Amino acid sequence: MGILGNPELWVLTVAMSVPIAYGALGGMFSERGGTVNIAIEGMMLTSAFFAVVFAHAGHSPWLGLLGGIASAVLMAVLLYWAAVPLAADHVVVGMAVDLLALGLTGYLLVTMYGYNGTPVSTPSLPTWHFPWLSGIPVIGPALAEQSVLTYLLVPVLLISWYALFRTPWGLRLRSVGENPHIARSAGLSVRGLKLSGVLISGVLAGVAGAYLSIGVLNSFTADMSNGRGYIALAALIFGNCRPGGATLAALIFGFATALSIQLQGTGIPDNLVLTLPYLLTVVAVGGIIGRTTPPAADGLPYREEEEF
Amino acid sequence: MSHSRVEGFVRPIVLVLLAFLVSSLIMVATHYSPILVFSSLISGAFGNLPNFGSTLVDFIPLAVIGAGLALCFQAGLFNIGAEGQFWMGAFAASIVAVRFAAMPIVLHIALTLLAGTLVGAVYALLPGLLKAYRGAHEVITTMMMSYAAIEFGHYLVESGPLSMPGAIPQGYPFAASASLQPIIATTQLSAAIFIGLGAIVAAAWLLYRTRLGLGIQILGKNPKAARVSGLSVPVLTVLGLVISGAFAGLAGGLQMVGVTHQLFDGFSDQFGFTAIVVALLARNNPWAVIPSGLLFAALDSGAQAMQMSAGIPVELSFVIQGLIVFFVAADRLLDVARRKNWLARLRGPRVPALGVKEVG
Repeated sequence: MGILGNPELWVLTVAMSVPIAYGALGGMFSERGGTVNIAIEGMMLTSAFFAVVFAHAGHSPWLGLLGGIASAVLMAVLLYWAAVPLAADHVVVGMAVDLLALGLTGYLLVTMYGYNGTPVSTPSLPTWHFPWLSGIPVIGPALAEQSVLTYLLVPVLLISWYALFRTPWGLRLRSVGENPHIARSAGLSVRGLKLSGVLISGVLAGVAGAYLSIGVLNSFTADMSNGRGYIALAALIFGNCRPGGATLAALIFGFATALSIQLQGTGIPDNLVLTLPYLLTVVAVGGIIGRTTPPAADGLPYREEEEF
Repeated sequence: MSHSRVEGFVRPIVLVLLAFLVSSLIMVATHYSPILVFSSLISGAFGNLPNFGSTLVDFIPLAVIGAGLALCFQAGLFNIGAEGQFWMGAFAASIVAVRFAAMPIVLHIALTLLAGTLVGAVYALLPGLLKAYRGAHEVITTMMMSYAAIEFGHYLVESGPLSMPGAIPQGYPFAASASLQPIIATTQLSAAIFIGLGAIVAAAWLLYRTRLGLGIQILGKNPKAARVSGLSVPVLTVLGLVISGAFAGLAGGLQMVGVTHQLFDGFSDQFGFTAIVVALLARNNPWAVIPSGLLFAALDSGAQAMQMSAGIPVELSFVIQGLIVFFVAADRLLDVARRKNWLARLRGPRVPALGVKEVG
């Protein structure tokens, strides 16, 4: 198919995959610690908005990135507080965070900037150029010129893998996700570890959100994350809750989105291509081909003798 | 009434009031008067007959899907893909409504709704089977299938077989015998409201008056007890999901024959997602879905009127809804507050009255 040889498809694939990959890697830390995170979508959206607010007010995209991450972390704290100390249903609280983020960002967008959108003078994060990469056929342009956050994904992926599988903290986090009671009897702070997992998910979902608003653009529009947080969750599950798998799944799902955009107007139904990531995930979770297993205590309430 | 039943009534009300309180703080911080917001919301939702009619129009899908979900949640099954089942029901209904012409209206409506119900049920069958026989978590499978259904729906109306040629992505208008006409002028409120109320009664009957309902309740309370007492857990699991899918599909059909009379892209206002909250606030009791559904319908339709009459952004309603969901999910907050005496501390330090010895 000629479309696969089109460099634009691969540029789009990378652009579409990056926020999904950050979201999926973030969600992984939360799930590994036993907290189901449907709130990635809401954290992304919150960060996308506040990244613009801070970038514009502080005349610095880096300040925007930090502000976006901070706002997403606040949402993560909300999720943690309800899901762990208050032992609320993780899925429902996650939905609440998503709905709250949708409402708050839409509401603040109108009250702060009116109906004309965010200011056009908002600075965006720099794009890096690696001209020597563009010589590679077909995928060269996709690698040679991208947002700084795209390149940052590579060290983030490596550090995630190392932290999760090669550090004592990673081992402890995983043990909390598998069996918090045994972890507790081994003297670990179950709540502290769960909190660290959820906070990291907030940081990485925050990066994903900032990428959407000030990474590739310099503006925020209502409901900008547009379900990417849910796709990130799918990628995470499809990738069996492992850093490499989640990133690979994010690339596959990003490719499906890019392909559907490229297919627009060609007569091939682009919307049907968009159903593929979701259906593939059902297949993976259902164990029809291969099988994914979440951490054993994922989503289960954890009670200690005392609350708070 | 026993103490716990009073508590069961009071708790959701306290939680909703708490959400109103926190959202009022957000309004004050952004220079909107909470009194103006809530009075425009109330008058927008209930102020006159057309407004009340519009609220009831939103109430139908929320309550019908919510009643089915209440039953499913009672089984301990968390179907969060009702939105997709609602969409699939709407597609099936619109096929029957468009392709069959000239039929007695009662028959055509019944066939259309039946198609919606069946297809909604079938769409929940796969997650049910995967949960029952492969242990796949229904939250993930129903959610993913829901998003797939929505994309499939965009395909159907934009370029697929149900799409009517033209610039606007939409399906063909329904035959007259598959369209219920408004019963209140200037609103879209049709006799669908009576069918919807009937569905709620059916859900309550199914749950509280049948062997199947009893099995579902036992399964939800204690799967081990269900197994020991000879109930088939896989069969109940599949049925729990399929029944909630059927109610969502019926709601999709009702939306088609009762409100839109045509399939188009934006026919769902996230009803399937909001219905989850409706069921949760109702504590999975199909009867309580009526007040709970009415509250969320009022927040939806009242917000539209509020934006038009008072210029207050409609998104504020999502903030209120999000806070309601949050507090309902985190309802243990009330127990912590009671144990730690937050209310008393808010009133200031406790000073023992003269001559009264403090106990405890």
